[in-house]
Amino acid sequence: MTSELDIFVGNTTLIDEDVYRLWLDGYSVGDAVALRVRSGILEQTGATAAVLQSDTMDHYRTFHMLERLLHAPPKLLHQLIYQIPPSRQALLIERYYAFDEAFVREVLGKKLSKGTKKDLDDISTKTGITLKSCRRQFDNFKRVFKVVEEMRGSLVDNIQQHFLLSDRLARDYAAIVFFANNRFETGKKKLQYLSFGDFAFCAELMIQNWTLGAVGEAPTDPDSQVDDMDMDLDKEFLQDLKELKVLVADKDLLDLHKSLVCTALRGKLGVFSEMEANFKNLSRGLVNVATKLTHNKDVRDLFVDLVEKFVEPCRSDHWPLSDVRLFLNQYSASVHSLDGFRHQALWDRYMGTLRGCLLRLYHD
Amino acid sequence: MPGKLKVKIVAGRHLPVMDRASDLTDAFVEVKFGNTTFKTDVYPKSLNPQWNSEWFKFEVDDEDLQDEPLQITVLDHDTYSANDAIGKVYIDIDPLLYSEAATVISGWFPIYDTIHGIRGEINVVVKVDLFNDLNRFRQSSCGVKFFCTTSIPKCYRAVIIHGFVEELVVNEDPEYQWIDRIRTPRASNEARQRLISLMSGELQRKIGLKVLEMRGNAVVGYLQCFDLEGESGLVVRAIGTACTLDKLSSPAAFLPACNSPSKEMKEIPFNEDPNPNTHSSGPSTPLKNQTYSFSPSKSYSRQSSSSDTDLSLTPKTGMGSGSAGKEGGPFKALLRQQTQSALEQREFPFFTLTAFPPGFLVHVGGVVSARSVKLLDRIHNPAFVGIMSNTRSYKLLDWNSFNSDEPETRDAWWAEIRQEIKSHAKALGCHAVVGYSESTSICEEVCILSASGTAAVLNPRFLQDGTVEGCLEQRLEENLPAGCGFCHIPYDELNMPFPAHLTYCYNCRKQKVPDVLFTTIDLPTDATVIGKGCLIQARLCRLKKKAQAEANATAISNLLPFMEYEVHTQLMNKLKLKGMNALFGLRIQITVGENMLMGLASATGVYLAALPTPGGIQIAGKTPNDGSYEQHISHMQKKINDTIAKNKELYEINPPEISEEIIGSPIPEPRQRSRLLRSQSESSDEVTELDLSHGKKDAFVLEIDDTDAMEDVHSLLTDVPPPSGFYSCNTEIMPGINNWTSEIQMFTSVRVIRLSSLNLTNQALNKNFNDLCENLLKSLYFKLRSMIPCCLCHVNFTVSLPEDELIQVTVTAVAITFDKNQALQTTKAHVEKSLQRASTDNEELLQFPLELCSDSLPSHPFPPAKEHLESASSNSGIPAAQRATSVDYSSFADRCSSWIELIKLKAQTIRRGSIKTTVTVEKTSPMGEGNFRNRSAAPCANSTVGVVKMTPLSFIPGAKITKYLGIINMFFIRETTSLREEGGVSGFLHAFIAEVFAMVRAHVAALGGNAVVSYIMKQCVFMENPNKNQAQCLINVSGDAVVFARESELEVVSTQQPAANCQPACTGGEVTT
Repeated sequence: MTSELDIFVGNTTLIDEDVYRLWLDGYSVGDAVALRVRSGILEQTGATAAVLQSDTMDHYRTFHMLERLLHAPPKLLHQLIYQIPPSRQALLIERYYAFDEAFVREVLGKKLSKGTKKDLDDISTKTGITLKSCRRQFDNFKRVFKVVEEMRGSLVDNIQQHFLLSDRLARDYAAIVFFANNRFETGKKKLQYLSFGDFAFCAELMIQNWTLGAVGEAPTDPDSQVDDMDMDLDKEFLQDLKELKVLVADKDLLDLHKSLVCTALRGKLGVFSEMEANFKNLSRGLVNVATKLTHNKDVRDLFVDLVEKFVEPCRSDHWPLSDVRLFLNQYSASVHSLDGFRHQALWDRYMGTLRGCLLRLYHD
Repeated sequence: MPGKLKVKIVAGRHLPVMDRASDLTDAFVEVKFGNTTFKTDVYPKSLNPQWNSEWFKFEVDDEDLQDEPLQITVLDHDTYSANDAIGKVYIDIDPLLYSEAATVISGWFPIYDTIHGIRGEINVVVKVDLFNDLNRFRQSSCGVKFFCTTSIPKCYRAVIIHGFVEELVVNEDPEYQWIDRIRTPRASNEARQRLISLMSGELQRKIGLKVLEMRGNAVVGYLQCFDLEGESGLVVRAIGTACTLDKLSSPAAFLPACNSPSKEMKEIPFNEDPNPNTHSSGPSTPLKNQTYSFSPSKSYSRQSSSSDTDLSLTPKTGMGSGSAGKEGGPFKALLRQQTQSALEQREFPFFTLTAFPPGFLVHVGGVVSARSVKLLDRIHNPAFVGIMSNTRSYKLLDWNSFNSDEPETRDAWWAEIRQEIKSHAKALGCHAVVGYSESTSICEEVCILSASGTAAVLNPRFLQDGTVEGCLEQRLEENLPAGCGFCHIPYDELNMPFPAHLTYCYNCRKQKVPDVLFTTIDLPTDATVIGKGCLIQARLCRLKKKAQAEANATAISNLLPFMEYEVHTQLMNKLKLKGMNALFGLRIQITVGENMLMGLASATGVYLAALPTPGGIQIAGKTPNDGSYEQHISHMQKKINDTIAKNKELYEINPPEISEEIIGSPIPEPRQRSRLLRSQSESSDEVTELDLSHGKKDAFVLEIDDTDAMEDVHSLLTDVPPPSGFYSCNTEIMPGINNWTSEIQMFTSVRVIRLSSLNLTNQALNKNFNDLCENLLKSLYFKLRSMIPCCLCHVNFTVSLPEDELIQVTVTAVAITFDKNQALQTTKAHVEKSLQRASTDNEELLQFPLELCSDSLPSHPFPPAKEHLESASSNSGIPAAQRATSVDYSSFADRCSSWIELIKLKAQTIRRGSIKTTVTVEKTSPMGEGNFRNRSAAPCANSTVGVVKMTPLSFIPGAKITKYLGIINMFFIRETTSLREEGGVSGFLHAFIAEVFAMVRAHVAALGGNAVVSYIMKQCVFMENPNKNQAQCLINVSGDAVVFARESELEVVSTQQPAANCQPACTGGEVTT
């Protein structure tokens, strides 16, 4: 006796969250059944392995049929074939677009191309995430990227509108898309200590302040083909950053800046002497990062540079985070007292974001 | 010009990409009705076209309106080659033809293609303007309402229940026409879908005409089936119960309107009917009379005059029954005469209802069934086929003009079976059959026709004229105790039609009751039940040699009595094992295959307080010499006893202990055991023992000498009870549970297994089949575990044998959650409450008179052809000239020895027990108002827009149906030539069933409804050819589209605007963007 056909169709489509997770995690039906057996479900319900097998197959088939719709979540909402309560629809979408921290760290900042897709085998081996799941996550990134790539308006809003994700997840996707678009290097050994959350935080700050969309004002020429997009850094802004060079190139200005900061922080900083000794190096590092951002190559290395030029020196001198915060605040603010410096607004736009990023990046 | 149909095509969405180059589609729409076609403009390069067309107007006869579906085809315009079809939508416009239902059909319909499935959606608006037509000889029956529900629909009142209506239509199956060889599968499927749609329309119209002749305005319990007879054609047949229904003015007001009959009279049904011709003029006066004064109408008095002569037709009843009870006796006889005489006038006093207005049902005799094996004959004349497909391939054939005996043959077949059912019922002292249904099973050219129902005595009160009325009324109320009346035997104790063990009723102690009661109806709402019920199934397979034509039919005929007998034995054993004494909703399905017969009986077992406690099951060995053997037997016995005890606990069966003295049984009680015979060697003298054994606590003896019995015992013990928190039944509601919450989940599950063909024995086959059903149930319990505590209601198993080694089982049921903490009102309290209500509602009883006039006789034309056939079959030879040869099963059985005769009698006519109806009145609905109160606390989970609920039940828990929008009857074919790519057979069928559900929901939503009740999947024919990577499936579903409102919402509405008859907020719009 062999089962040729075995199906269950409910008027309301049944979704088993546990099986959905197993399916998303890329387990085969056999593995999923084994895992479910191990979870003790047979004892709880008194079911047999055959029942579990049939149930798992059935759910997998349902998910497989739903997957096509999940690729365009608004379709899932408006289709008539599967009657699914809204809360369940939201769950299906949210879980489908959720990703693994380990996976996203491998792909973050890489070009979402066929080439990268070929590397998924290695990523799968390295992270222990099944290849199937890696593919799903990669395809999700790519799909979201493709859809919002050419769109105007807020990146997060666009993602939310077209993929119906929660605010949190939409922000994460915005970060992923932003990183993929600007190809920020995140895979270097030096950067391994950073979590996806760290990068996402930085991405959000950069999107808010450094992109074309961040300017917020209506484009001067309404017909201009310059897209007010959140994805690309504001080229004009990057060009302008060259002007900051004067802060380190002009020796007087640098000394004045240093003395202003030191005066203000004396007695307040545990690592005052180290700060005083390192001030010029640190300042040079931070300003040089800014001036180099006109080159794509240097944009990609932004995080490597920040870690090399600021985070590592401070860490080697054992600056506590509170001291870093005090220093950065003072360092940014003191520039306003430099009479010879004319680019206060530019400095604030640059340093405001950078300060936030550095504070986030500064941990073990 | 009786009607104008108006159609507007608004928009499309999610269309498939038809032009690979641009990834877009240039879509336009063809709207076709009858022979008229309109087209929209092409909406270029869009997957979401906005046609916003003008109103397309079709001027048509109402006859066509009833028969034809509106056909909408979406196409992709192609400048250089032929336009590609994207898909179609068929819309049945019947719901627009009667005033109380929908007024407009508007919404998104899935665009369906028989090869690709659903491909996007289209937004359509349809309206109908009907003009009055005063032609008396018209062929249409617009305005007659149809309900699948097998009880009086919730927001209606039965003024008159007229009785049985049936009709069948025959046509050639397009799949078997020669043209099918040259047309595409798509064209063939579409021809078939369209033809069946046409035939259903025609059938419904014809039934409607019969109803109008009977002066009814509705058909309740409408059941339409297709017989795919292959080369010999396609039969669409339907049965139903004609009624005159009256809409209750307000959905909330269940209170009888009888306080002011004059006011009621103004609401004579269908006064607002768009074509009021026949109704308004004809029946209004006699209707009034019958409803309120019970004075005989003309036709009625004719009956009563003839009633005396008809008495001779009623055997075994009548005056002789005086001994049945001192008070009840003569009275009963009187009732019987009167009911009988009226019912005798009907050709078939059958009712497809399974639940009844209070007071309708007096006694239940037991299950009656009849089967007959027929040979379908091919259409030999190729010229004949040619004519049809050439000239009229798309027009419905009028068979009567071509080949007069074809539909007549089918009619005669059914008439024969119905006649048999009627005589079985008579033998039980009953004049009516309720819970009546018919079915067929076809394999190649052999067809088994089956009919079954429950013999019953109906309340004659509805038949009396005014003078007798008063006293009868009183007597009924005096005499009939609550909750047990229907159990009392209707037949004469001294002249019993079959052996049974009678005792005095355990409830009233006055009347006799049988030891067990089998019925096909739902549990009457007033029945006193102890504990809970459960699903009981008997499963059986018998191998049969492959044979051709007559030999095959003979073999099947010979097997049938044995199968029926064994199914009955199995049911009885399982019932006893559960510690219960009655079966409701019994449905025995016999399926014929190439090399086997399958029997599947499903029923809901309950413990009726009025019937005696069932005895246990005793195992006996014939060769008690062997010590180890004895040990084995005692071990088995212990196991069985344990199971019974466990079941009693599980189903909370704790009947009050009653000592013998209280019962005062006059029946001597030697502890004799009834002996059930199974092996052929047992001779007829043992049979007499079966007759005589009247032991009160009789035990069933199973002799386990032969392997068959061994197998039986095993199968008894392998049935696993559902996990805790789960109950299951195949009736509308679970006896003993009454605190339903609002969560429901309807589902269909299909399984096909392949048998290993090597060494098939009956045992192996039985085990396989048993495992299949048990595993299927286990899977359902597991899948629905999140709903615990819940009950699977209306569990409906269908077995088919698509190929030699394949068994297909289809299950449709609904899982309903209930509140464990809230309820558990004791049964007594429940009964008391219903009694109280009974007294207040008594008046309302008068509103349900049963009209048993013979008006409809001429409407059942069973012409001489019937006699012709009968004589042919009685000659026992099979005349070669006969187009459709008949092998009559009973004539074969005649040759069998006398004991088989007895078995046959027993198996074929399982009749048990009797009853007298009580005055205890509760709503026919299981949703009595008292129950509502309990459930009102349930959270209103269904606030989402666009949800359409589906349920096989006639009600929705926690909600009230406020409007019936019309019948949904849909037929779909799906075919694929890329089976593997669509996920194999499971993927293919899963997607198809999901699509069918979607299309049903879309149609309901477009009618303005938010639920389908009495939903049934009548057919699911699945064929595969994995080698060719092909599969095909046909599905036929039906149900009633309704609008329901949650209890809580209803209350809000009624407090805000008490008089308003408005639709509550929950009126489910469609899923829109």
